[in-house]
Amino acid sequence: MGVLVGKNSKVIVQGFTGSEGSFHASQMIEFGTNVVGGVTPGKGGTTHLDRPVFNTVSDAVKSTGADVSIIFVPPAFAADAIMEAAEAGIKVIVTITEGIPVADMVKAKEYIKDRGCTMIGPNCPGVITAGEAKVGIMPGFVFKSGTVGIVSKSGTLTYEAADQIAKAGLGVTTAIGIGGDPIIGTTTLEAIQLLMNDPATKGIVMIGEIGGELEPKAARWIKENGNKKPVVGFIAGETAPKGRTMGHAGAIVSGENESAAAKKRIMRECGIHVVDSPAMIGAKMKEVLG
Amino acid sequence: MNIHEYQGKSILAKYGVAVQRGYVAHSPGEALEAAKKLKAETGTGWFVVKAQIHAGGRGKGTITETGSRGVVLAKSLDEVPQKAEAILGGHLVTLQTKAEGKKVNKVYIAEDVYAPGASEPKEFYMSILLDRSIGKNVIVYSPEGGMNIEDVAHNTPEKIFKEVIDPLTGVNDFQCRRIAFNFGLSGTAMKEMGVFVKRLYNAYVGCDAALFEINPVLKTSDDRVIAVDAKVTLDNNGLFRHKDYAEMRDTSEEDPIEVEASNADLNYVKLDGNVGCMVNGAGLAMATMDIIKLSGGDPANFLDVGGTADAKRVETAFRIILRDTAVKAILVNIFGGIVRCDRVAQGIVDAYKNIGDINVPIIVRLQGTNAVEAKKLIDESGLQVHSAITLQEAADAVKSVLGNK
Repeated sequence: MGVLVGKNSKVIVQGFTGSEGSFHASQMIEFGTNVVGGVTPGKGGTTHLDRPVFNTVSDAVKSTGADVSIIFVPPAFAADAIMEAAEAGIKVIVTITEGIPVADMVKAKEYIKDRGCTMIGPNCPGVITAGEAKVGIMPGFVFKSGTVGIVSKSGTLTYEAADQIAKAGLGVTTAIGIGGDPIIGTTTLEAIQLLMNDPATKGIVMIGEIGGELEPKAARWIKENGNKKPVVGFIAGETAPKGRTMGHAGAIVSGENESAAAKKRIMRECGIHVVDSPAMIGAKMKEVLG
Repeated sequence: MNIHEYQGKSILAKYGVAVQRGYVAHSPGEALEAAKKLKAETGTGWFVVKAQIHAGGRGKGTITETGSRGVVLAKSLDEVPQKAEAILGGHLVTLQTKAEGKKVNKVYIAEDVYAPGASEPKEFYMSILLDRSIGKNVIVYSPEGGMNIEDVAHNTPEKIFKEVIDPLTGVNDFQCRRIAFNFGLSGTAMKEMGVFVKRLYNAYVGCDAALFEINPVLKTSDDRVIAVDAKVTLDNNGLFRHKDYAEMRDTSEEDPIEVEASNADLNYVKLDGNVGCMVNGAGLAMATMDIIKLSGGDPANFLDVGGTADAKRVETAFRIILRDTAVKAILVNIFGGIVRCDRVAQGIVDAYKNIGDINVPIIVRLQGTNAVEAKKLIDESGLQVHSAITLQEAADAVKSVLGNK
């Protein structure tokens, strides 16, 4: 089980033949993900990693029945690649690319809005359903199968959480890296909703950081819906200064509600098991799941 | 990327936005030349001398050395050089700067736009920014111009208005009319405001801005609408489309160690603590700073080395952290996913040996692929390095190094 991607997903890679695309496509194939082909404009008709290459996403969808796409296209062309995937009928679009201009994402987000797709990212590690499919750049071996879903803005912090979860004797259903940009396709709340509705997921780890108000929004929804599953939360950046961008383009405290302290306070008020130390994520989950 | 007022205005002017005109000057002599040129072009008899620093509140700020305000009026050509001299080279302290203020290296000599005329001049506030919660740009505006907008929002929230801009249509005419009505404008001034708003929004999108703050927008006594100030922040991710903006970066406004780090392509932010850190990934880097605090220290920096933590990058990162003399210990925290930890460990050992005289304790936490081999490699290197595998062990090591168990 798990959400968004699984063993029945048919995955294509946009930016298939580039160095990033090639490397991570082969890693995904090795993991067992059903990669059915890729797209590189101008290289249609060739094969790469024993899979067909197409000129357009719509060609790839027609020939392979692909329903998931992962995007490694460079920043200048990435928003266009997202819109192309949506237009071709891809259901889950995972955008790894970091550094897409905000102006491009404003347009792309509006364009894909009513096209029946879910976009994850950009600037994210991707999505992995343990034991089934990895559509991302994360180290697959860290994600042992189990009952905990993870939603996170950060890549390495997701791996850290998954590793602690495994060492606590638990495992992961699906980990969703939503990305650290100011505009992202799937919010913390939307990712949490997916996992709340997944029968295999018994507990959820929610990892956020300073900037924006995604985590408090998700927390309020969790409370309003009766805290159906235990949620362990961590917000990175308690020690980050106001008004400075901390690596991720979206990680900047602009208003009082965007600080780590404010977010954690709201999350606690909403019944989320907040840990101050990122070293305690696994132990806390073990404790609340009993 | 932040830029100066004069640079922001040059971008606005390129998109046809009417601005208060002026020239930048680096010395009292240049200031006089600028004023003469301005007089010839605009007929202005009064001049505004404005300190150019990357911080707001300049008008109410004070130059420590001379007591001059950061923005002053010169009522004749003769006054311009002396007013400029009282600002240039001094340190301007405003509500937005640190206590020691920011050194002023240049002034902007601008025309006086408040001359009386047929109607009363009026100041407004206008900004454009991304509303992250809806993924769209918004124009935020208020008839209370020239004031600190946070105060307006706090005291009279009903005087703050917002227009959400549809990404596919841009600013619509009805929105321009609503803005003008909310400002209490009519006739020519209303039309001029519409033109101003549309051009300003086009400039925002066209230059890949992350923030425009125009405070004040002025309706002049002859019903023109102009930007008197311009705070412009550019989206770093959009800079590749505007090669000419690269020269607008003013590194004298930034911390010198941060400039060095950015030249080495490292994501580094200097902080005021005593424990340096080097981490892969921005989220884990912030989490590591938090761990340092929980262990009794204070983070001295944010540093994301990124995915390729090879010996050369690690060495550069060490050198940058060590430039900060307040650093009493360094925590290296790498979660090796696809990169193997033993490779990273070797890089750390090599970098340590290359630098030679590191005399602060280093705690290295490597987790992920080949973490055990990596720990062994560090432990057997003979270096004064504490190794750890789990995050908790790293936290404990920081605590014991700082001596407050």
